[in-house]
Amino acid sequence: MTELEQAGLPVAHICTMTPVAEMVGSNRVVPGNGIVHPVGDAARTAAEERAIRRGILERALRVLATPVEK
Amino acid sequence: MAERRLRIVHFLNQMFGGLGGEEAAGVGPRLVEGAVGPGRALAPALADGEAVVATVICGDNYVAERTEQAVGELVALVRSAAPDLLLAGPAFNAGRYGQACGALCQAVSAELGIPAVTAMADENPGVELYHRDVYVVRTGDSARQMASDMAAMLRLGRKLVAGEPIGRPSVEGYFPRGRVVPEIAPKSAAERAVDMLLAKLRGEPYESEVRLPRFRPIPAPPPVADLRRARVALVTDGGLVPRGNPDQIEFRAATKWGSYPIAGVNDLASADYEVVHGGYDTSLVKEDPDRLVPVDAARDLERAGAIGELYDHFLSTTGLANPLDNSRRLGREMAEHLRAAGVDAVILTST
Repeated sequence: MTELEQAGLPVAHICTMTPVAEMVGSNRVVPGNGIVHPVGDAARTAAEERAIRRGILERALRVLATPVEK
Repeated sequence: MAERRLRIVHFLNQMFGGLGGEEAAGVGPRLVEGAVGPGRALAPALADGEAVVATVICGDNYVAERTEQAVGELVALVRSAAPDLLLAGPAFNAGRYGQACGALCQAVSAELGIPAVTAMADENPGVELYHRDVYVVRTGDSARQMASDMAAMLRLGRKLVAGEPIGRPSVEGYFPRGRVVPEIAPKSAAERAVDMLLAKLRGEPYESEVRLPRFRPIPAPPPVADLRRARVALVTDGGLVPRGNPDQIEFRAATKWGSYPIAGVNDLASADYEVVHGGYDTSLVKEDPDRLVPVDAARDLERAGAIGELYDHFLSTTGLANPLDNSRRLGREMAEHLRAAGVDAVILTST
């Protein structure tokens, strides 16, 4: 992640262990939906799951379009 | 006791070597007899029989622009002076100089079989590049402490030449080399840990035996100006690979990453993929790979015009129990690939 950002690429980092992401320096962290499926939810119906996945991606896009202030 | 002779060769860049500033940065390697500039500051620290017999000088750009050739030429000059020890720098926080010092020390030790010591400030990129292979004495960021920095390099170099045991980095003043050295401790690990905790609670100094990796803050890249025209890539460290694992990515401590085509794919089919990751229950991702690499939802967003386009490959590796240096290399290679592919932004999923 840090190497991608070092190269100037904005990264939305979807993960569940957000403190780890912050510790290693991720600037744009989006909470994922579990270690076993960061962008999924096996407990839901396929349609619901896809909507959840899309929601997380939309949030990722919002952070990619947002300036980060330290 | 017989007097020991110690022939020292000292390496300097064009500036410390007195040839000039940036306008002289292109000058090639040359050898001057005796000590020059910072080498003269060593005089009070030298014992009888110890001498800087020659100084090798080279321009920063000359080395930076053709490192391999320049280092070869410099090694030949060092060899011609038949030294017992090479001292390089200090380079303080000068990046090109630091890299030249590190590269030369590494080459001289390997090819001439003599010890080599350099010195740099914390933030010199040469530290990160060479601290594992070369003794790098820790300096401040300016030449104010030149004499004491040079003396510290000499002390360490002397011990190396004499084959004496080298103490801990904090004692000898060099950057930790990432070595684990067995030693007999007077107290058990539990007692040492309690001692440290008590010292911490009392606000007294203590030194941890475990060095945590340092994560340097990376300034956030500016936001994507217009996502509707951006090429967005999906990247994961969750280990999704095409069935058969064509790049043979390891399930832990991966040394490789892969780039896998998704052009025209609207939904990742479980029959086409497998997961190489030994650190989580991968069954739910195997059941539906979009739970890790969200191609289906990204296509939805692409069709809706929320992003310009989805990059036609996803990148994958396995982020598990991986030494930091290795992870960084994988990251750099991925970044290079994505830049070359004209990618504007990345969505990274981590398990």
